[in-house]
Amino acid sequence: MDKIVIENLSLQYSDGTESLRNISMGITANAITVMFGPAGGGKSSLLRCLNRLNDLTEVKAVTGRILLDDENILDPKTDVIALRRKVGMVFARPVVLPLSIRGNLTYGLEVMGEKRKSRLDDAVERSLKQAALWDEVKDRLEDQAIALSGGQQQRLCLARSLALEPEVILLDEPTSGLDPLSTAKVETSLQELKKNYTVVLVPHSVQQAARTADRAAFFLQGELVEYGYGKELFTSPTQKRTEDYITGRFG
Amino acid sequence: MRRKSNRNRAQNIGFFFLSGIATVTILPIVLIIGFIIVKGISAISWEFLTTFPTNGMRSGGIMPAIWGTILLTFVMTILCVPLGIAAAIYLAEYATENRFTRIIRLALITLAGIPSVVYGLFGLGMFVIFFQMGTSILAASFTLAIMTLPVVISTAEESLRTVPQAFRTVSISVGATSWQTIRRIVLPEAVPGILTGVILGLERAAGETAPILFTGAVFSLPSLPSSLLSPTMALPYHLYVISTQVPEMPLEIQYGTALVLLMFVLVLNMIATIIRARARAKRQW
Amino acid sequence: MKTNSGWREFAITKVIQVAGVSAIGIVLLIFFFLMREGLPALREVSMLTLFSTRWYPTEGLFGIMPLITGSLIVTLGAAMVAVPFGLGTAIFIAEISPRWMREMLKPLVELLGGLPSVMLGFLGILIFAPYVRILFALPTGLSAMTGSLLLGAIAIPTVVSVAEDALDSVPRAYREGAWALGATQWQTIWRVTLPAARSGVLTAVMLGIGRAIGETMTVMMVTGNAPIMATYMAALISPVRTMTATIAAEMGEVATGSTHYHVLFFIGIVLFFVSLVVNITASAIIFRQRKRSERILS
Repeated sequence: MDKIVIENLSLQYSDGTESLRNISMGITANAITVMFGPAGGGKSSLLRCLNRLNDLTEVKAVTGRILLDDENILDPKTDVIALRRKVGMVFARPVVLPLSIRGNLTYGLEVMGEKRKSRLDDAVERSLKQAALWDEVKDRLEDQAIALSGGQQQRLCLARSLALEPEVILLDEPTSGLDPLSTAKVETSLQELKKNYTVVLVPHSVQQAARTADRAAFFLQGELVEYGYGKELFTSPTQKRTEDYITGRFG
Repeated sequence: MRRKSNRNRAQNIGFFFLSGIATVTILPIVLIIGFIIVKGISAISWEFLTTFPTNGMRSGGIMPAIWGTILLTFVMTILCVPLGIAAAIYLAEYATENRFTRIIRLALITLAGIPSVVYGLFGLGMFVIFFQMGTSILAASFTLAIMTLPVVISTAEESLRTVPQAFRTVSISVGATSWQTIRRIVLPEAVPGILTGVILGLERAAGETAPILFTGAVFSLPSLPSSLLSPTMALPYHLYVISTQVPEMPLEIQYGTALVLLMFVLVLNMIATIIRARARAKRQW
Repeated sequence: MKTNSGWREFAITKVIQVAGVSAIGIVLLIFFFLMREGLPALREVSMLTLFSTRWYPTEGLFGIMPLITGSLIVTLGAAMVAVPFGLGTAIFIAEISPRWMREMLKPLVELLGGLPSVMLGFLGILIFAPYVRILFALPTGLSAMTGSLLLGAIAIPTVVSVAEDALDSVPRAYREGAWALGATQWQTIWRVTLPAARSGVLTAVMLGIGRAIGETMTVMMVTGNAPIMATYMAALISPVRTMTATIAAEMGEVATGSTHYHVLFFIGIVLFFVSLVVNITASAIIFRQRKRSERILS
């Protein structure tokens, strides 16, 4: 069952660069879909379309449709605020807001108008446990989030999105600055999370893609070259370009 | 080998020369401040700061002038700061860089360059005469507010811009609106910088004479101003008159008045510096 | 869950937008009011008289040339003081002084910039002018030169801070390139850093001059206030009157709506345009330089 269906998506930035060319693919619910490929492939742009974060950048033209639960989110009438709560995002460099750990987690709920302390506390504990961070910070929730280590901050960012009980989680190279131990922790969390959420991941290496993917999509210069099941695509890709990239002949 | 020592000698001479220039430039600043303190301190007393002048300003205190400056500064702040911060938010957070924004910036550059006495003329024409406020605290405060506006806007805008863009992106990505992002994240982080700019603007406004010359300042008042529509005495104007137009003015009173004005400026300056330093230390970016 | 009330966000956004545009409105207002009170001067006094060389309002002579030349002389003199000392100090602070010294010097210079002009004029009358009088054996120490010196001091902080910023923003790569080629620090400053920062430096000078032209109280207190045409060298040591001082000194005594009143506003118009030209040119220089360096460095 596809949670998200992308139909003929093309995107062009105002400086003329064509970022995405006629992409069509489905994103399965409760699975980890990986979008990988060399730099400039359009993966991040596609990710940012999924929560309309592209609205913040200089985009000249977007054509096509993106259906989330059968509703086109590219429609101008879409409630983008609600969309962004449904589709959470974790960025490459962990960016914690200049608030306490608890403040970071409750921020999304507070801007929604949630004031009840019990609800907020529940969300804090739940999301930290889902991100495998609860034990490490439960005694210092009032500390400034900036005091955490890089790996902890990134898991905090994951928890921040989870606090809103989204349905989809987007991750853009979430472990690119992290040590192998923290990376492993994040990847383990993703395996847990996919049971309840739809996960879309842009990995920072082909190896990470191979480790985590249930579905894998190979992007090259704005084009979707190949899309298949994780196990098969990495062991026996059908396209030569995919195989060349995976085996390291270019990149 | 010889060329190298020539080069070094040229450098040493050059450095020495420039140090000299810098010293000649900076030393007087310290001397000026020291001088006024030394010469004026003898006039400072509780009486001086809290009583009215007597004997044609030649003795007594300068309280009404101090009070007037405080009042003017206060009203000016209320008129200028909210508008200035709002305009800065517009420029930093909402406006796209198009021709229209460029016109706004041009307007700000223009405003920043207008001589203070021309602001005085404007204040006279618009507030005193057209809006019929008369020579009043209100007219003078409005004039000072407009004069200080470009400074407040540009420092506030710069403060807002230094807040990392990443904060905004993150805030938007969890579903906050533009205004919520500004109010909850950006503005609080920019407050120290904005505050510094406001205080420096205040410092300048407190010491200005020309804008209040024909819009609100008078030399002598029998009592404190009764309302915002009354004229007032003010420190810088007082200093000007007593040092140029009152014969047989005791030097002590002149230096004392100058010292009080100097203290006003120095205290504001110090507050701004402290805020700036503390903010820099606490900054999370 | 409650959603954000859309209309509140809309209202706040509108208020902010209006505030942003207000700057334009204010400039237009200032322009309008100056014109309203100043243009009548052109009707009441012929252009020829207006630009003649005798300023005796009490006798109906409204020639503003002496005031213009007064402003010019004092400003030029101020520039001759502010540019070398301001730039020299800026170079010293930006390139030569150690970090700890810089942290002390910058606030000091900023402090000078914050000192009220009336205070400097005050010291000028009491301390400076007598020295000048004695030193040059003049009948009075209140002259264009005294004004220039003090005005230069007032303009220096502007020059220093803008120039220092400009020098500071020269990319490290330029300097390191020069050192790698064996240049001394001194040579680097003059041959690499300064030329690279030249538009910023030029802007600093222009803004300093702009500050000097617009200064009122100091010149009013120490230039002697004699509105006579000054010629060349003699000018420096004789009393003069600037445009700014004229407005400040005489506005209090004119009847609203009289010819004198209108002429004073007219002088205000002249000042408005002069400072407009100076400041916009200065900013255009910086703007063009920034565009150019963005292209080079990208």
